[in-house]
Amino acid sequence: MQLKINGQTVEVTETKSLLDVVKEFGASAPFALAVNGQFVPKSQHESWNLAEQDSIEILSPVQGG
Amino acid sequence: MQDKLSDQEATRYSRHLLLSQIGEGGQIKLKNAHAVVVGAGGLGSPVCLYLAAAGVGKITIIDPDTIEVTNLQRQILYKTNHVGREKAQMAANQMQALNPLIQVQAIGKKVENCNFEQVIKDATAVLDCTDNVSSRYFINQICVQAQVPLISAAAIRGEGQFMMFNFKQQTSPCYHCVFPDLDGDEAGLNCSNAGVVGPLLGLMGSKQALEFVKYVVKPESCSFAKLTVIDIWSEQNRQFNLAADPACPVCTAPEL
Ligand SMILES: [Zn+2]
Repeated sequence: MQLKINGQTVEVTETKSLLDVVKEFGASAPFALAVNGQFVPKSQHESWNLAEQDSIEILSPVQGG
Repeated sequence: MQDKLSDQEATRYSRHLLLSQIGEGGQIKLKNAHAVVVGAGGLGSPVCLYLAAAGVGKITIIDPDTIEVTNLQRQILYKTNHVGREKAQMAANQMQALNPLIQVQAIGKKVENCNFEQVIKDATAVLDCTDNVSSRYFINQICVQAQVPLISAAAIRGEGQFMMFNFKQQTSPCYHCVFPDLDGDEAGLNCSNAGVVGPLLGLMGSKQALEFVKYVVKPESCSFAKLTVIDIWSEQNRQFNLAADPACPVCTAPEL
Protein backbone atom coordinates (compact mmCIF):
# COMPACT_ATOMS: atom_id res chain seq x y z
CA MET A 1 0.00 0.00 0.00
CA GLN A 2 1.29 3.43 -0.92
CA LEU A 3 0.98 6.26 1.62
CA LYS A 4 2.30 9.75 2.12
CA ILE A 5 3.93 10.71 5.41
CA ASN A 6 4.73 14.40 5.83
CA GLY A 7 4.56 14.68 2.06
CA GLN A 8 6.96 11.81 1.45
CA THR A 9 5.77 8.70 -0.41
CA VAL A 10 6.22 5.42 1.47
CA GLU A 11 5.31 1.81 0.75
CA VAL A 12 3.94 -0.30 3.63
CA THR A 13 2.48 -3.77 4.08
CA GLU A 14 -1.31 -3.84 4.45
CA THR A 15 -1.41 -5.10 8.00
CA LYS A 16 0.35 -2.32 9.84
CA SER A 17 -1.49 0.03 12.19
CA LEU A 18 -1.24 3.81 11.85
CA LEU A 19 0.93 3.83 14.97
CA ASP A 20 3.33 1.21 13.59
CA VAL A 21 3.60 3.03 10.28
CA VAL A 22 4.60 6.35 11.83
CA LYS A 23 6.96 4.68 14.32
CA GLU A 24 8.65 2.86 11.47
CA PHE A 25 8.93 6.22 9.71
CA GLY A 26 10.90 7.47 12.72
CA ALA A 27 8.34 9.42 14.74
CA SER A 28 9.10 9.52 18.44
CA ALA A 29 6.56 10.52 21.10
CA PRO A 30 5.11 12.97 21.87
CA PHE A 31 3.34 13.65 18.57
CA ALA A 32 -0.13 14.18 17.19
CA LEU A 33 -1.30 12.50 13.99
CA ALA A 34 -3.60 13.57 11.19
CA VAL A 35 -4.78 11.54 8.22
CA ASN A 36 -6.01 13.44 5.16
CA GLY A 37 -6.28 16.64 7.20
CA GLN A 38 -8.32 15.02 9.98
CA PHE A 39 -6.78 14.72 13.43
CA VAL A 40 -6.74 11.13 14.74
CA PRO A 41 -7.07 10.95 18.56
CA LYS A 42 -4.38 9.02 20.38
CA SER A 43 -6.76 6.30 21.55
CA GLN A 44 -7.35 5.46 17.85
CA HIS A 45 -3.72 5.41 16.70
CA GLU A 46 -3.57 1.63 16.88
CA SER A 47 -7.01 0.80 15.55
CA TRP A 48 -7.14 3.35 12.69
CA ASN A 49 -7.56 1.71 9.29
CA LEU A 50 -5.29 3.13 6.63
CA ALA A 51 -6.28 3.20 2.98
CA GLU A 52 -4.28 3.43 -0.24
CA GLN A 53 -2.93 6.96 -0.85
CA ASP A 54 -3.75 8.19 2.66
CA SER A 55 -1.74 11.26 3.59
CA ILE A 56 -0.38 11.12 7.14
CA GLU A 57 1.00 14.14 8.98
CA ILE A 58 3.11 13.80 12.10
CA LEU A 59 2.85 16.91 14.27
CA SER A 60 5.28 17.69 17.04
CA PRO A 61 3.93 19.71 19.94
CA VAL A 62 5.05 23.31 20.28
CA GLN A 63 4.84 24.85 23.74
CA GLY A 64 6.90 28.04 23.72
CA GLY A 65 5.31 31.38 24.25
CA MET B 1 -23.55 45.89 30.99
CA GLN B 2 -22.89 49.16 29.21
CA ASP B 3 -25.02 49.94 26.20
CA LYS B 4 -23.36 52.93 24.62
CA LEU B 5 -20.01 54.51 23.78
CA SER B 6 -18.82 57.86 25.08
CA ASP B 7 -17.76 60.53 22.56
CA GLN B 8 -14.16 59.84 23.56
CA GLU B 9 -14.60 56.14 22.81
CA ALA B 10 -16.38 56.78 19.54
CA THR B 11 -13.40 58.86 18.38
CA ARG B 12 -10.75 56.43 19.62
CA TYR B 13 -12.42 53.41 18.04
CA SER B 14 -13.62 55.17 14.88
CA ARG B 15 -11.71 52.76 12.57
CA HIS B 16 -13.66 49.89 14.11
CA LEU B 17 -16.92 51.74 13.89
CA LEU B 18 -16.48 52.07 10.13
CA LEU B 19 -16.57 48.29 9.70
CA SER B 20 -19.88 46.58 9.05
CA GLN B 21 -18.69 43.53 11.03
CA ILE B 22 -17.89 45.61 14.13
CA GLY B 23 -19.62 49.00 14.10
CA GLU B 24 -20.99 50.59 17.26
CA GLY B 25 -22.74 47.40 18.34
CA GLY B 26 -19.55 45.35 18.11
CA GLN B 27 -17.49 48.00 19.88
CA ILE B 28 -19.99 47.99 22.75
CA LYS B 29 -19.61 44.20 22.91
CA LEU B 30 -15.82 44.66 23.13
CA LYS B 31 -16.35 47.20 25.91
CA ASN B 32 -18.33 44.61 27.84
CA ALA B 33 -15.85 41.79 27.19
CA HIS B 34 -13.33 40.36 29.64
CA ALA B 35 -10.12 38.83 28.27
CA VAL B 36 -7.95 36.73 30.58
CA VAL B 37 -4.40 36.56 29.22
CA VAL B 38 -2.06 34.00 30.80
CA GLY B 39 1.59 34.74 30.11
CA ALA B 40 3.01 38.21 29.46
CA GLY B 41 5.89 37.07 27.26
CA GLY B 42 6.38 36.81 23.51
CA LEU B 43 2.77 35.92 22.73
CA GLY B 44 1.26 37.87 25.60
CA SER B 45 2.92 41.10 24.45
CA PRO B 46 1.08 41.53 21.15
CA VAL B 47 -2.06 40.01 22.69
CA CYS B 48 -2.13 42.60 25.50
CA LEU B 49 -1.27 45.52 23.24
CA TYR B 50 -3.87 44.70 20.58
CA LEU B 51 -6.65 43.87 23.05
CA ALA B 52 -6.03 47.08 24.99
CA ALA B 53 -5.89 49.15 21.82
CA ALA B 54 -9.04 47.49 20.49
CA GLY B 55 -10.99 48.58 23.55
CA VAL B 56 -11.61 45.27 25.32
CA GLY B 57 -13.28 46.61 28.47
CA LYS B 58 -11.54 44.40 31.00
CA ILE B 59 -8.20 42.64 30.62
CA THR B 60 -6.58 40.42 33.25
CA ILE B 61 -2.91 39.58 32.78
CA ILE B 62 -1.32 36.75 34.77
CA ASP B 63 2.45 36.15 34.93
CA PRO B 64 4.79 35.42 37.86
CA ASP B 65 8.05 36.37 36.12
CA THR B 66 10.28 39.41 36.04
CA ILE B 67 11.64 41.02 32.87
CA GLU B 68 15.05 39.85 31.69
CA VAL B 69 17.26 41.37 29.03
CA THR B 70 16.94 38.19 26.91
CA ASN B 71 13.16 38.80 26.73
CA LEU B 72 13.56 42.06 24.83
CA GLN B 73 14.33 40.37 21.51
CA ARG B 74 10.62 39.46 21.20
CA GLN B 75 8.54 40.66 24.17
CA ILE B 76 7.49 43.99 22.71
CA LEU B 77 5.60 45.16 25.80
CA TYR B 78 8.87 46.01 27.54
CA LYS B 79 11.63 48.59 27.24
CA THR B 80 15.28 48.20 28.20
CA ASN B 81 14.83 50.14 31.44
CA HIS B 82 12.11 47.69 32.55
CA VAL B 83 14.59 44.85 33.17
CA GLY B 84 14.13 43.47 36.68
CA ARG B 85 10.51 44.68 37.04
CA GLU B 86 7.46 42.42 37.35
CA LYS B 87 5.97 41.44 33.99
CA ALA B 88 2.31 41.40 34.98
CA GLN B 89 2.42 44.84 36.57
CA MET B 90 4.52 46.32 33.77
CA ALA B 91 2.22 44.81 31.13
CA ALA B 92 -0.77 46.33 32.94
CA ASN B 93 0.97 49.73 33.11
CA GLN B 94 1.70 49.62 29.39
CA MET B 95 -1.89 48.66 28.54
CA GLN B 96 -3.29 51.36 30.78
CA ALA B 97 -0.98 53.96 29.22
CA LEU B 98 -2.07 52.84 25.77
CA ASN B 99 -5.74 52.96 26.68
CA PRO B 100 -6.93 54.64 29.89
CA LEU B 101 -10.57 53.89 29.00
CA ILE B 102 -10.30 50.19 29.84
CA GLN B 103 -9.92 48.30 33.10
CA VAL B 104 -6.72 46.29 33.57
CA GLN B 105 -5.89 43.80 36.31
CA ALA B 106 -2.37 42.44 36.97
CA ILE B 107 -1.82 39.12 38.78
CA GLY B 108 1.86 38.48 39.48
CA LYS B 109 1.40 34.80 40.35
CA LYS B 110 1.63 31.44 38.67
CA VAL B 111 -1.68 30.62 37.03
CA GLU B 112 -1.88 27.48 39.19
CA ASN B 113 -1.80 29.64 42.35
CA CYS B 114 -4.05 32.56 41.43
CA ASN B 115 -7.52 31.13 42.08
CA PHE B 116 -7.94 30.83 38.33
CA GLU B 117 -11.51 29.40 38.52
CA GLN B 118 -12.57 32.63 40.18
CA VAL B 119 -10.56 34.84 37.81
CA ILE B 120 -12.24 33.39 34.70
CA LYS B 121 -15.76 33.30 36.14
CA ASP B 122 -16.97 36.23 34.01
CA ALA B 123 -14.34 35.83 31.25
CA THR B 124 -15.37 36.01 27.61
CA ALA B 125 -12.38 33.81 26.71
CA VAL B 126 -8.95 32.83 27.99
CA LEU B 127 -5.85 33.44 25.87
CA ASP B 128 -3.12 30.90 26.62
CA CYS B 129 0.24 32.60 26.01
CA THR B 130 2.25 30.44 28.40
CA ASP B 131 5.55 28.71 27.70
CA ASN B 132 5.21 25.40 29.53
CA VAL B 133 3.09 22.28 29.37
CA SER B 134 1.96 22.12 32.99
CA SER B 135 0.40 25.58 32.78
CA ARG B 136 -1.16 24.69 29.42
CA TYR B 137 -2.73 21.53 30.87
CA PHE B 138 -3.96 23.42 33.95
CA ILE B 139 -5.52 26.26 31.94
CA ASN B 140 -7.18 23.79 29.57
CA GLN B 141 -8.69 21.77 32.40
CA ILE B 142 -10.16 24.78 34.19
CA CYS B 143 -11.53 26.24 30.95
CA VAL B 144 -13.19 22.90 30.08
CA GLN B 145 -14.81 22.75 33.53
CA ALA B 146 -15.95 26.38 33.46
CA GLN B 147 -16.97 26.16 29.76
CA VAL B 148 -14.92 29.25 28.94
CA PRO B 149 -13.55 29.37 25.36
CA LEU B 150 -9.77 28.93 25.04
CA ILE B 151 -7.59 30.62 22.42
CA SER B 152 -4.22 28.88 22.48
CA ALA B 153 -1.02 29.58 20.59
CA ALA B 154 2.60 28.47 20.85
CA ALA B 155 5.83 29.09 19.01
CA ILE B 156 9.36 27.81 18.98
CA ARG B 157 12.23 28.22 16.49
CA GLY B 158 10.31 28.98 13.28
CA GLU B 159 7.23 26.89 14.07
CA GLY B 160 3.91 28.17 15.34
CA GLN B 161 0.72 26.40 16.35
CA PHE B 162 -2.73 27.88 16.89
CA MET B 163 -5.89 26.26 18.29
CA MET B 164 -9.22 27.64 19.48
CA PHE B 165 -11.78 25.69 21.48
CA ASN B 166 -15.35 26.61 22.32
CA PHE B 167 -16.06 24.61 25.47
CA LYS B 168 -19.65 25.82 25.46
CA GLN B 169 -20.11 23.19 22.73
CA GLN B 170 -20.46 19.74 24.30
CA THR B 171 -18.56 17.98 21.52
CA SER B 172 -15.53 20.30 21.56
CA PRO B 173 -12.13 18.65 21.74
CA CYS B 174 -9.63 20.12 24.21
CA TYR B 175 -5.87 20.77 24.33
CA HIS B 176 -5.37 17.48 26.15
CA CYS B 177 -7.12 15.55 23.33
CA VAL B 178 -4.55 16.91 20.87
CA PHE B 179 -1.42 16.51 23.01
CA PRO B 180 -2.21 13.98 25.76
CA ASP B 181 1.28 12.75 26.59
CA LEU B 182 3.39 15.83 27.28
CA ASP B 183 3.72 15.23 31.01
CA GLY B 184 7.27 13.96 30.88
CA ASP B 185 8.18 16.62 28.34
CA GLU B 186 8.88 19.36 30.87
CA ALA B 187 12.56 19.31 29.97
CA GLY B 188 11.65 19.51 26.28
CA LEU B 189 12.18 22.35 23.87
CA ASN B 190 11.41 25.88 24.94
CA CYS B 191 12.35 29.35 23.75
CA SER B 192 15.32 29.56 26.12
CA ASN B 193 17.02 26.37 24.93
CA ALA B 194 15.83 26.17 21.31
CA GLY B 195 15.39 29.82 20.37
CA VAL B 196 12.56 31.50 18.50
CA VAL B 197 12.29 34.08 15.73
CA GLY B 198 10.96 37.26 17.36
CA PRO B 199 8.34 38.36 14.82
CA LEU B 200 6.82 34.83 14.78
CA LEU B 201 5.46 35.63 18.26
CA GLY B 202 3.90 38.74 16.76
CA LEU B 203 2.20 36.65 14.09
CA MET B 204 0.84 34.06 16.53
CA GLY B 205 -0.11 36.54 19.28
CA SER B 206 -1.83 38.82 16.78
CA LYS B 207 -3.82 35.82 15.57
CA GLN B 208 -4.95 35.18 19.16
CA ALA B 209 -6.00 38.82 19.67
CA LEU B 210 -7.70 38.84 16.28
CA GLU B 211 -9.71 35.71 17.01
CA PHE B 212 -10.72 37.14 20.41
CA VAL B 213 -12.08 40.27 18.71
CA LYS B 214 -13.86 38.15 16.09
CA TYR B 215 -15.32 35.90 18.77
CA VAL B 216 -16.74 38.92 20.61
CA VAL B 217 -18.24 40.72 17.62
CA LYS B 218 -19.10 37.84 15.26
CA PRO B 219 -18.60 34.42 16.89
CA GLU B 220 -19.94 32.55 13.88
CA SER B 221 -16.88 33.74 11.94
CA CYS B 222 -14.47 31.79 14.20
CA SER B 223 -13.04 28.41 13.25
CA PHE B 224 -13.11 26.30 16.37
CA ALA B 225 -11.43 22.92 16.80
CA LYS B 226 -8.81 23.39 14.13
CA LEU B 227 -5.05 23.17 14.53
CA THR B 228 -3.12 25.60 12.36
CA VAL B 229 0.58 24.87 11.96
CA ILE B 230 2.91 27.51 10.58
CA ASP B 231 6.47 26.94 9.42
CA ILE B 232 8.13 30.23 8.54
CA TRP B 233 11.09 28.68 6.71
CA SER B 234 9.20 26.38 4.36
CA GLU B 235 6.19 28.75 4.24
CA GLN B 236 4.01 25.65 4.45
CA ASN B 237 0.98 26.49 6.53
CA ARG B 238 -1.24 23.53 7.31
CA GLN B 239 -4.60 23.22 8.99
CA PHE B 240 -6.19 20.15 10.56
CA ASN B 241 -9.70 19.45 11.80
CA LEU B 242 -9.56 18.38 15.42
CA ALA B 243 -11.89 15.91 17.10
CA ALA B 244 -12.43 15.02 20.74
CA ASP B 245 -10.74 11.86 21.94
CA PRO B 246 -13.43 9.69 23.53
CA ALA B 247 -10.71 8.50 25.91
CA CYS B 248 -9.67 12.02 27.01
CA PRO B 249 -9.75 12.18 30.82
CA VAL B 250 -10.15 15.98 30.78
CA CYS B 251 -13.08 16.72 28.47
CA THR B 252 -15.00 13.46 28.43
CA ALA B 253 -17.94 13.83 30.78
CA PRO B 254 -17.16 11.67 33.83
CA GLU B 255 -20.77 11.07 34.87
CA LEU B 256 -24.15 10.95 33.01
ZN1 LIG C 1 -10.02 16.45 25.74
